[in-house]
Amino acid sequence: MNYRSVWRKSVNAVMFSLTGICALAVVSVLVFILGYLVWNGGRAINWDFFTKLPTPVGETGGGMANAIVGSAKLLLLAALVGVPVGFIGGVYLAEFGGKTFSFLVRYTTDLLNGVPSIVMGIFAYTMIVLPLQHFSTLAGGLALGVMMIPIAVRSTEEFLRAVPQSLREGALALGASRWKAVATVVIPAAFRGILTGIMLALARVAGETAPLLFTSFNNRFWSHGWDQPTASLPVMIFTYAIAPYDDWHRQAWAAGLVLLGLVLLANITARVVLGRKLSSAAG
Amino acid sequence: MGVTMDQILLTPEAGEGRAEKSPTKPAAAVAAKLRVIDLNFYYGKAQALHSVSLDIAANRITALIGPSGCGKSTFLRSLNRMYETVRHARAEGQILLDNENTLDMDVSQLRRRVGMVFQKSNPFPKSIFDNVAYGLRVNGWKSKGTLQDAVESSLIRAALWDEVKDKLHKSAYALSGGQQQRLCIARALAVDPEVLLLDEPCSALDPIATAKIEELLFDLAKQCTIVIVTHNMQQAARVADFTGFFLTGKLIEFNDTAIIFEKPAKRETEDYITGRFG
Repeated sequence: MNYRSVWRKSVNAVMFSLTGICALAVVSVLVFILGYLVWNGGRAINWDFFTKLPTPVGETGGGMANAIVGSAKLLLLAALVGVPVGFIGGVYLAEFGGKTFSFLVRYTTDLLNGVPSIVMGIFAYTMIVLPLQHFSTLAGGLALGVMMIPIAVRSTEEFLRAVPQSLREGALALGASRWKAVATVVIPAAFRGILTGIMLALARVAGETAPLLFTSFNNRFWSHGWDQPTASLPVMIFTYAIAPYDDWHRQAWAAGLVLLGLVLLANITARVVLGRKLSSAAG
Repeated sequence: MGVTMDQILLTPEAGEGRAEKSPTKPAAAVAAKLRVIDLNFYYGKAQALHSVSLDIAANRITALIGPSGCGKSTFLRSLNRMYETVRHARAEGQILLDNENTLDMDVSQLRRRVGMVFQKSNPFPKSIFDNVAYGLRVNGWKSKGTLQDAVESSLIRAALWDEVKDKLHKSAYALSGGQQQRLCIARALAVDPEVLLLDEPCSALDPIATAKIEELLFDLAKQCTIVIVTHNMQQAARVADFTGFFLTGKLIEFNDTAIIFEKPAKRETEDYITGRFG
């Protein structure tokens, strides 16, 4: 009896510490990465980084203004491709889909989500770069946009499904058509959640490098138009990090910090919005 | 609280020729607003209603009672074709609204004429004003002035105006449960329905809020026809002019409320009302 109780207590203690240690490991990895990035990136970052072009090899200083703008342009294109298709597709799945076709779409979406990002790059390369015979912002934006679609579809669908059936019935009972009920009651009720999902999708593709390598490529100068190659933060990090110059390494850290800052900002905004949605639903 | 059992017994319909009538055809004296003729209802292969025929009297309150799963809610939802949101649900037979078969009607048109209030209050996540104005806007009302008037008069009819007139643009979720349910009634009234269906509208409310809604029903019956599904037999006895008893998808008995509760013709009705099963 006594032996059993000692055994139980020690098993309990071991399991408890094990879970604690693992939880700590998760947090410390994150804290370590963040700390390392802030430490290295923070020292390299300055006003020039946001306003100046990269300097020629051998010269110190300069910045990544073109890459920041390039990333912004790529994300804008990605949003233009991914948000409408993802959002409307999600609305279809949640509100109008039949059984078989919906299953097919949902399954395909999940598969699409699992396609390696470099394959998305090949896709955009074949669709746009090859016919135009040169790298372009457009191709990069398309690659990122296609990557956004599955995330946007599934999060839109989930948030719409979370809207109580009674709201749909309430609108239908007043003589609204199904479309009208969805557009005027269901989507507004889920709007904040859907927005959160879309922002997370955008944050996810913001850091993608592989699909950009042979679509938007890179550019040491300002990109003159959507059909021209452009610099972007992830590709700049890649290029600068593998170069043999200390100054470039520092700038790569700075670029990493800026990128992380952008993604975190999107995340935090999304969470604040989500938190507000939850509190308003409880009220 | 509005009407007592005695008053119900004194209503003119109660005395007329109860013995000769078939159990599903009382009250020939009052014009029928809705006539349900031989309604069979199916969820896929499962039959939920078996050959239900029933006349719903204009400007009266008709209550539908019965144990859970007896088909009374299904019956109510067939009156405004709300069942169409359920896949593979279908109704066969005739439901005549002023002699027009509702099963062939444009469904939006039908639901404008036959409004519905649900068991759990379901205000939209909008302001109080926008909730009441919703049905009007869906039906193409644009002018702000007339909207304002219609919203006000609907809230007055739903006995909610005094409580909300200073916060029309606040969220409907800020209201109490009973107020939310009256808001849903106001919302349904705004499109001026000829028939109002209520599906256990008080089951989530406390007795005071329930009493308010019951009182409201008496006033509303002056202007429209009311059908109410209720689990609460006292409520049926208090508010209804006519009562129908459903069991396992069949309309067992339909008559003046007083007769149903005092001298039911069928054994099953008596057993249910006296609490011997249910």
